[in-house]
Amino acid sequence: MTERGGLTRRDFLRLGIAAGPASLVAACGWDGGRVLEPRLRAFSRINDWVGEKIFLSRSRLAKEYPVSARTPERLFPAYSITWNQKRVYPAAPAGWELEVSGLVRSPRRFTIEMLEGLPRVSYTVKHHCVEGWTAIGTWTGVPVSVITELVRPLPEARYLRFDSFDSGYSNGWDLASAMHPQTILAYAFNGHPLPRERGAPLRLYSTVKLGYKMTKYVTTMSFTRDRHGGYWEDQGYPWLAGV
Amino acid sequence: MSDRPPVKRHHGLVRLAHWLNAVFLVGMIASGLQIYAAFPHFGPRGDPYPLPNPWAGDGFPEWARLGGWLAGALNWHFALAWPFVITGLVYLGFLAFSGEWRALLFRFRDLRPALDMQLYYLRLKREHPPQGKHNALQKAAYTGIVVLGAISVLSGFAIYKPVQLSWLTALFGGYELARYWHFVTVWIFVGFTLLHVLLVLLVDPPSLRAMITGWYRGRFPSHD
Repeated sequence: MTERGGLTRRDFLRLGIAAGPASLVAACGWDGGRVLEPRLRAFSRINDWVGEKIFLSRSRLAKEYPVSARTPERLFPAYSITWNQKRVYPAAPAGWELEVSGLVRSPRRFTIEMLEGLPRVSYTVKHHCVEGWTAIGTWTGVPVSVITELVRPLPEARYLRFDSFDSGYSNGWDLASAMHPQTILAYAFNGHPLPRERGAPLRLYSTVKLGYKMTKYVTTMSFTRDRHGGYWEDQGYPWLAGV
Repeated sequence: MSDRPPVKRHHGLVRLAHWLNAVFLVGMIASGLQIYAAFPHFGPRGDPYPLPNPWAGDGFPEWARLGGWLAGALNWHFALAWPFVITGLVYLGFLAFSGEWRALLFRFRDLRPALDMQLYYLRLKREHPPQGKHNALQKAAYTGIVVLGAISVLSGFAIYKPVQLSWLTALFGGYELARYWHFVTVWIFVGFTLLHVLLVLLVDPPSLRAMITGWYRGRFPSHD
């Protein structure tokens, strides 16, 4: 995946000038067209930067709710790309293991039992979907920061990338959000093993991101030098998606 | 058209801010209506709050939306938010430094003149009450719209960063309510704009020209 470079001052000017007529002909559900749409995406990188460097606190924890506040599971939406295409949730390949690799000193593989043996975090929190709905659930798993310590990233590792067995779904992450204490690889939901529709056997969960950043059906977690986009991000959704 | 000498009414910065704001606001609202379509309800999933919303469950017509789909609308909304806020801050900064705020800020002492003005409009009072650059009802409107702008921006941040700015989100009654207030500000903006344009055209058309050229030659030329 290649990404276009940053914005020039002229781009800003064009964006400003175009915003006028663009807004007035808001008609036709215009996304900006071939000229503006890429520039709007480039502008989104500025909001990514502000979101990570200014808004994101590495230590602030999201509010936790009592178990009684949980959204009934049948009302808590679940989806996957495979479901959207074939009306079936993806099944874990035989002998599934989490692979942690990329720019690390000691790449490792983990079974679910190994992950369950590591320090665990459990919280009942509000889930924020980019669509505007929320739902409350309990998630249990191992912090991404704990795994990171075990594999010891190299100094040139600047981003994380999560891949899945869900029809190519993936997400790129900034390290600051990934190392947040409430960013976990979750193997349980509401006190029971992760159901298939929620990403079994293992999914990413976090209180500092929108839902579409939380890769389900995770296969690999790799440290990278370059910023990986992601399934929705490559189609234009904001990359950072911090909340 | 009249023998009154024209008076300089609006600084260039105010006129620029006014028209830029109009454009950015249209863009913010149109992209916001596209974003709303992704989940046209308020409150928790499956258990919406009983809040008045004539548009519950419905999207808005295509001509009123900007962005094409959710991602496109989000990118428009978050890009336009910058010039929208900056224009507002430049405008307020200008009012503060130039002293122009005195002609616009509604204060306690404007209560009585506002009542007189209302009585005049209702034909319960024959004489147009004396006024400065703006009458007391105008001051109330132009002060209120700035407050509304601030609420729309703050409620926007409350739903943009509900974890990092959880104190702000809590101030609006939580994420779901903040999203509702953000939506309500849209309809107050729309109502204000319709009334604003109607009054300009019916009561004081020369004020439209003043907002373009800066010069006013209408019926209410007095100045604070």
